[in-house]
Amino acid sequence: MRMKYVLSEVLVGLWRNVTMTVAMIITMGVSLTMLGASGLIYAKVADMKELYFENIEVSIFLKAEVTDEERTDLAARLEADPLVSQATYVNKEEAFKRFQEMFRDSPDLLSAVKADQLPESYRLKLVNPEEYKTISDQYAAVGGVDQVVDQSQVLDKIFKLFTAGQNVALAAAVAMAVAALLLVANTIQVAAYSKRREVAVMKLVGASNWFIQSPFVLEAVVAGLFGSVLGLAALVALKKFLFDDALSALQGLFAPVSWGEVFLTFPVMAGVGGLISAVTAWVTLRFYLRV
Amino acid sequence: MIQLEQVTKTYPKASRPSLDNVSVSIDKGEFVFFIGPSGSGKSTIIKMLLHEVAPNKGRVVVNGKDVTSMRSWKRPHFRRSIGCVFQDFRLLPNRTAYENVAFALEVIGKTKAVARRVVPEVLELVGLGGKEHRYPHELSGGEQQRVAVARAFVNRPLILLADEPTGNLDPDTSIEIMRLLDRINRTGTTVVMVTHDSNIVNQMRRRVIEIESGRIVRDQARGVYG
Repeated sequence: MRMKYVLSEVLVGLWRNVTMTVAMIITMGVSLTMLGASGLIYAKVADMKELYFENIEVSIFLKAEVTDEERTDLAARLEADPLVSQATYVNKEEAFKRFQEMFRDSPDLLSAVKADQLPESYRLKLVNPEEYKTISDQYAAVGGVDQVVDQSQVLDKIFKLFTAGQNVALAAAVAMAVAALLLVANTIQVAAYSKRREVAVMKLVGASNWFIQSPFVLEAVVAGLFGSVLGLAALVALKKFLFDDALSALQGLFAPVSWGEVFLTFPVMAGVGGLISAVTAWVTLRFYLRV
Repeated sequence: MIQLEQVTKTYPKASRPSLDNVSVSIDKGEFVFFIGPSGSGKSTIIKMLLHEVAPNKGRVVVNGKDVTSMRSWKRPHFRRSIGCVFQDFRLLPNRTAYENVAFALEVIGKTKAVARRVVPEVLELVGLGGKEHRYPHELSGGEQQRVAVARAFVNRPLILLADEPTGNLDPDTSIEIMRLLDRINRTGTTVVMVTHDSNIVNQMRRRVIEIESGRIVRDQARGVYG
């Protein structure tokens, strides 16, 4: 019977103040969407780092006037270097072939570049890709070396972009969360005010504190859960319409986001939404009802 | 049953104490009037007995429990042994007489079945048989106060506190309410009533404790308003 009372109070409470409830759910939903999105970006960046670093290469380009002696000397040093797991020599013809392969869709570019204009190079795989800096320092000044280029530098820029996106999403999540919290606090105050007579009688006759507070707290929790459902719907829509449709051309660049990962954000969003709402409501009641 | 031992209470920002070194002892089954002008400290006593206000000094013991040192989370359970009636009735306007009394039972965990058995009984006792399904606005002031008394008494509390219960009622209705409180007192319930209705005090001839400026100036076993 008491459970039934509490639940019916929750529904009545949400309905009595329905515009506020909707505002609360929407803000909560947007906040949780941002939270979920930043979580997904975080997971994706980690995935992509792993994926890219496996295939990453450091290229040592040689000067055009490099001597045979310098070339063999460098080959021997690379062979002996413990940081290098594999070193492949690419001569001018090979480099031109790779170039043709890479830019086969741009005939203008192809016709402008002759085979002997491309530098010879060594392509290195590192034992630990993050030790690029050491390699660069060691070989940049070696005779015959023009420059040391690391692909991970380019990748770092891409990852920085993702991290910035993640930070923006997180900041938006926090800002919306603050708005959502204020709405929860306000809704709970209004609810407590509209039930002040009942609360006064309950306190007078000795109803337990949890019994007085639980309808209000549950009201906030239910709104938080609705908000997380909204957040899930938004993420599903984002994946379907933005990621799978609009950005499908960039599929090769991004690590794919699976439906499983999207749905995995739901328990997190529901947990965060529910818990934050509950705590806010409870704290508000401590000040407002003094129970 | 109720002991106040050298109780002093000064509200913040007040120039003089509301209660100044007050000691009172009330036995089980007594009927006691607290009288005195407004602001004399009568209501502070009621609030102390309800664990709503704590004394600055001294000790308050109710039902053998030291209220002074009671933690606030124990307050709800403690309140279940005390019934309370006020000048303004404090009924829920959107509930019938029956529902008002049943509400008090249900929010402390009693089942609907218990309420169905006990509530008509107590409404009958306060003289509202047949009016169970009226809303407060369909009842007279006296009848509303009867509902409030029924709500206070439905748990069979050991103590009934009444804070000017006749303050809003005409003399005839007031006397009916006093008869009701008297009947409840005869069941063994200790009744503590704050009032400045001299007629009632004079008619009842019960123990009168008069307070002035936070001090007890008179404590008489079968007193009059004075």
